Amino acid sequence: MNDILTELALSIATGNTRVVDLTHTLDPDFPVIVLPPEFGQCARFRMEEVSAYDHRGPAWKWHNLTLNEHTGTHFDAPIHWVSGKDVPNGAVDEIDVSAFVGPVVVIDCSAGAAADDDFEMTPQIISDWEATHGLIPKGAWVLMRTDWSKRSGTEYLNMEEDGPHSPGPTPAAIEALLARDIRGFGTETVGTDAGQGAHYTPPYPAHYLLHGAGKFGLQCLANLDQLPPTGAMLIAAPLKIKGGTGSPLRVLALVTEGSA
Amino acid sequence: MSQPLTPPKKKDPQKRSVVPTLPPLGRSRAALGLSAAAAEGRFALQHCAECGTVQYPPRDACCRCLGVTLEWSETETGGTVLAQTTVRASPDPYFRERLPWRMGSVKLDVGPVAVCHLHGDVARGDVVRMALKLDKAGQGVLIALPQQRTKAMEDDPVLRSLTAHPKHRRVLITDARSHFAAPLADALLKAGATRVFMGEPETWRRWPERDALAAMDGVELLPLDVTDAASVQKLAAQIGGKVDILINTARFIRPGGVLMHDTVFARDEMEVNAMGLMRLAQGFGPGMAARTADGVNSAAAFVNILSAYALVPDAGYGAFAASQAAARSISQTLRAEFRPSGLRVMNVYVGPTDDDWHQSLPPPKVAPNALARSVMSGLIEGLEDVYCGDVANNLAERWKVDAKVLEREMTGGGA
Repeated sequence: MNDILTELALSIATGNTRVVDLTHTLDPDFPVIVLPPEFGQCARFRMEEVSAYDHRGPAWKWHNLTLNEHTGTHFDAPIHWVSGKDVPNGAVDEIDVSAFVGPVVVIDCSAGAAADDDFEMTPQIISDWEATHGLIPKGAWVLMRTDWSKRSGTEYLNMEEDGPHSPGPTPAAIEALLARDIRGFGTETVGTDAGQGAHYTPPYPAHYLLHGAGKFGLQCLANLDQLPPTGAMLIAAPLKIKGGTGSPLRVLALVTEGSA
Repeated sequence: MSQPLTPPKKKDPQKRSVVPTLPPLGRSRAALGLSAAAAEGRFALQHCAECGTVQYPPRDACCRCLGVTLEWSETETGGTVLAQTTVRASPDPYFRERLPWRMGSVKLDVGPVAVCHLHGDVARGDVVRMALKLDKAGQGVLIALPQQRTKAMEDDPVLRSLTAHPKHRRVLITDARSHFAAPLADALLKAGATRVFMGEPETWRRWPERDALAAMDGVELLPLDVTDAASVQKLAAQIGGKVDILINTARFIRPGGVLMHDTVFARDEMEVNAMGLMRLAQGFGPGMAARTADGVNSAAAFVNILSAYALVPDAGYGAFAASQAAARSISQTLRAEFRPSGLRVMNVYVGPTDDDWHQSLPPPKVAPNALARSVMSGLIEGLEDVYCGDVANNLAERWKVDAKVLEREMTGGGA
């Protein structure tokens, strides 16, 4: 008998353990990252009806989908970034599946992000969080809560003439997380990096440093305000795409009722 | 004097909308030369290569010397009205609904006497200017116009039935982010359009010109993305019954040929430029086609802005040109499909435009205002093919003379 799993399953069945959906709906109007126009662009999510109980297929309805590996709520694998291109087993189909289920901690930066669109998560914020909640466990997902997922329309990318303005981690903050040997880092914004992340050294530190170290990314997450700072379990299994650099996915968290 | 059109009243919801009928479709192959000239706004008649006699109506052998080489060429437009009559009864469904209808005979300065439609401001004995126009059946017909512009002459019911004038009509510009959407909206409203709907793709992306457009009187910005069938269907469900003229300004363009170009960009070009046109036609076409006889604000034209490189590619923009050739082909199928309704498909061909994607190219480049003017004159004149700017006109001319020679020139070397 596996008592832990039995207990967990029963706990979910009885509602003592709650399943929280951290995923945005795949919707043609959900923003994707926008790069300078001469670069290749992330495909928007599109659905094309193949049949709808009609002459194209009398008893069934189905769609063809068009999307990028990085459209909507999605997972970044190490080979997504140039720094991680040689990481062993760095594609979504190669990653050990045990990496897709694990502990998660949430660092609440929502007050700072509400006051400053360019709010930075710093090493100080991480150590302050640890002073209250204990050390970040090895192998944990670290999620940066900003409540950015509650924004919509043009406010989400928050693009200005000098680029997008949205919160994210500093290079030193990512170094600090890597020193704790985390599993990956996730955000509510369109990418794991700040909107102005191109101006750090290295540029896009979350992408560059995390993937270079073989760690994973999650972005466009939602409902982080329903998670406790510690004690939840994250389930984030990307599609098994051969050589895939990432994948849209359903991100779920198991939360003990009353703990958030 | 033409009576100025008054804005149409709201429709009586208890009355059936008038079903489109067409003037007679039958023509000899020779007579289709009239349609080809009218499509481009040219006044061309057959000239005998042997004796020079100008022919009307079109025929297969010269009416004077029986020579069989009759060449279509630009012809002087002058004439004098010999006689006029008013048709008060007709078995033809199209004319029966539009009676009384004035017709006349005009002695053309170049020789023949032609039976033709008369503009309301011309009468027996008048010196007139002849024009070839496409009727609702897409056939070239002659109309005698006043030599000088008269007040509200475009409101004459016969002339209006031969054009797609935006006055009192409602227009959809499919992509408000297009460089020439603003001057086009401005020109349409100045020409009397009741309202200009403008499609806004990706409302989640800020764009600096939005506020100025949204502030324009008579302009309404509505979400529309031609790459998303659901978005097209949603807007068609909202305003499909009010779109009298659709002007497709959506365009995706990236420089690059075929060998070294990215198929991701090529796919976007196809998605927007070719498939987008197809989605728009599927979404808005049937509703427009059903409303071509719906009074003053009847549906009149479906307009595409195409690159002149749809005719022959510029290798520097090879994949884009392929998407334009595809769009041109789709527009020709649409002409066939819209034929029974009389809805006009107008293609406006343009060379390199003065925008970011042609920044490094030397002039001539087409300015947004110039493209807007071409679209307007095409609608007002009732054209089917419009060539905007020197590059488009030159390419089209060479293409008509010899498409293979042009291909050789465009692919390097040659004379």
